[in-house]
Amino acid sequence: MTATAFAFAPGDIVRVKDDWPERRGPAHIRTPYYVRGVQGQIVRHLGDFPNPEDLAFGRPAEPRPLYHVRFKKGVIWAEDRADDALLVEIFGHWLEKP
Amino acid sequence: MNILDTPSDRLLAAVRDLLAQKGIATTAEIQERIAITDRASPGQGARMVAKAWVDPAYRARLLDDGAKAAEELGIPMRGMPPLGVLENTPDTHNLVVCTLCSCYPRGVLGYPPFWYKSAAFRARAVRDPRGMLAEEWKTVIPDDIRLTVVDSTADYRWMVLPMRPDGTDGWSEEQLAAIVREGDMIGVTVPTIG
Repeated sequence: MTATAFAFAPGDIVRVKDDWPERRGPAHIRTPYYVRGVQGQIVRHLGDFPNPEDLAFGRPAEPRPLYHVRFKKGVIWAEDRADDALLVEIFGHWLEKP
Repeated sequence: MNILDTPSDRLLAAVRDLLAQKGIATTAEIQERIAITDRASPGQGARMVAKAWVDPAYRARLLDDGAKAAEELGIPMRGMPPLGVLENTPDTHNLVVCTLCSCYPRGVLGYPPFWYKSAAFRARAVRDPRGMLAEEWKTVIPDDIRLTVVDSTADYRWMVLPMRPDGTDGWSEEQLAAIVREGDMIGVTVPTIG
């Protein structure tokens, strides 16, 4: 699979997959728990980087697109101010169209 | 012999020898990288901030590609992760954290300070950033300013370009750089004078 398989454009509404690979065995995941299953918006494509989930185990790691994704804080923690935001680097293979 | 029982200096020497034997990194390359890491300090980031305050063209280049802008000032960035720079404005304040570990813009700020690596900072920076900034740092973000918390989770490193404080008209780059602290470039504090 190539990097373009996980392509998104700035402004796209995305949802982080509600997936928990660390429950299935040894894993190295760069997607924080608190955004799993949460909807956000693509800010920009930061570049393509070797998939850290393979790199960490010394396996061949194909380049995957990395995005800056903006999340409204109030969506994650209800008591928060609606305008505040979290800006998080998320790999394309963790994102889906809601 | 258990690897955990091996003295760390012997282990380090063995790894270095293996890296050299396998042609991955020479002793000289490792020494060079250690020297670069040891030399990096918040003073380097402060020079970038001061130049951005006085030179709009540099500011634009800094926001476009932090690593290139650092190299322009002679700060070595070879082999470092890409550097992104986020600008504080009258509407928005940025705060950098790495909730997963301690990713830090070492190339321009040096080693991460102890608090940046603490579980308390990492948790509260995302969960209750305004409370943490006010209570722990005496940095009160006004209600009409939007707060963006940047969780440095992957291959980029992030630095904040703070706003130039009032009362610094006519200051030289050197004078300006002298008031920019480590915390100002992570977003826990803002530059002040006097």
